[in-house]
Amino acid sequence: MSDTVTDIPAITARGAGLVACTRCTRVWPAETARCGRCGKALVSRDTHSLSRVWAWWVAGVLCYIPANLYPMLRTQVLFTVSEDTIVQGAIELASHGAVFVALIILIASVAIPLGKFAAIAWLATSVRRGSHASPHARHRLYEIVEYIGRWSMIDVFVVAILTALVQLNLAASIKPGPAALAFALSVIFTMLSAQAFDPRLIWDRADDDSHDRAARA
Amino acid sequence: MHSTDIARADPAHLIACPQCDAIYRARMPGLGERAVCARCHTVLIAPRKRAGMIIIMLSAASLILVLGAVWFPFLKISRQGFVNEATLLDAALSFTGGPLLLLSLAVTALIVLVPLARAILTIYVLGPLVFDRPAPPGALRLFALAEALRPWSMAEIFALGCAVALVKVADLAHLSFGPAFWMFAALVFLTVIHDRWMCRWSVWEALEHGYGARRPKGAAA
Repeated sequence: MSDTVTDIPAITARGAGLVACTRCTRVWPAETARCGRCGKALVSRDTHSLSRVWAWWVAGVLCYIPANLYPMLRTQVLFTVSEDTIVQGAIELASHGAVFVALIILIASVAIPLGKFAAIAWLATSVRRGSHASPHARHRLYEIVEYIGRWSMIDVFVVAILTALVQLNLAASIKPGPAALAFALSVIFTMLSAQAFDPRLIWDRADDDSHDRAARA
Repeated sequence: MHSTDIARADPAHLIACPQCDAIYRARMPGLGERAVCARCHTVLIAPRKRAGMIIIMLSAASLILVLGAVWFPFLKISRQGFVNEATLLDAALSFTGGPLLLLSLAVTALIVLVPLARAILTIYVLGPLVFDRPAPPGALRLFALAEALRPWSMAEIFALGCAVALVKVADLAHLSFGPAFWMFAALVFLTVIHDRWMCRWSVWEALEHGYGARRPKGAAA
């Protein structure tokens, strides 16, 4: 299969006067309100989609700030207590030689969340204003964002595991910091933001653009 | 196919790409083949031989592994004579103070309740279909729920978290894996196979029309 397929104007449910269920792929006449098979409310294009995307996006970004400023872990060894933020924790690991694990943490907790914020913002603006990037490239990006978002939870799980495990009286104990909650919320809000996005909008815009080109020619 | 043809066709015989809204006449591909959206390349239909039975067995195995992983310790720590073991529930419920309690509830849901619910729902919905019985009451709604839960099932991420935790405290104390860790590792593997065998369109069709209505030639339960 090659990308030349894009040039064939696809027959869409909307173009054929129908409406599709995005959950079970069943097709119904345009005025149907609810999927008769799986019960999902049917909308040809989710017009509120972008406002929900932005609402969750803002919530995600707002939670991400305290998640990086406050400590994630409070480690007490004998009588010394140290508090680490996400980035400090990764630097600490790298300084002990565990560079690979430090990289996993940095990728999952810093690179992926920041990349997701940027990707969702770009996708949401591009369906409004159009983009030079092909719908294939943007759809691919959307799939990656959807797939990879969950993996940011890893740092929250590490904190949970360490808190449960490292309770050795005075010898060593670990407690979670306030950043753990902020970070978990940030990941959840960003997942909801990506889920709220209606990927059909990417392809609609591509259809409209090619119609414009055809009209001009 | 001309757009007028497809627009006139009975909508019940069409399939729409959930990602880009392109519509096609639904046709069950041969076993091992896949029907892919010509425009955005999303896989639409991918039937496999004996998929129903295999998915049910995978779900049953997942159920047993999650329950086992809850009760057995998954990591053991020792330092200067102090020893501690943690089970999955200890980890899930480790955030106790004030607002962090919310986090405990969320973690419990993501690593125990959601994977458990998905396994139970899958067995309930697909079980009767595989044995050529009518779909159980509420099957369509419950399958929709199982699908909605899919991104929130994070057992595999938790398993990687165990490995990171192990390295993180390596210089603080001695850590070793308990039986539950290996159960979790197996669970990760099962989840991946489960998602590869599941053809969602076939399940929706079977729930609507009865199992075998659109089964490809030569396919058995």
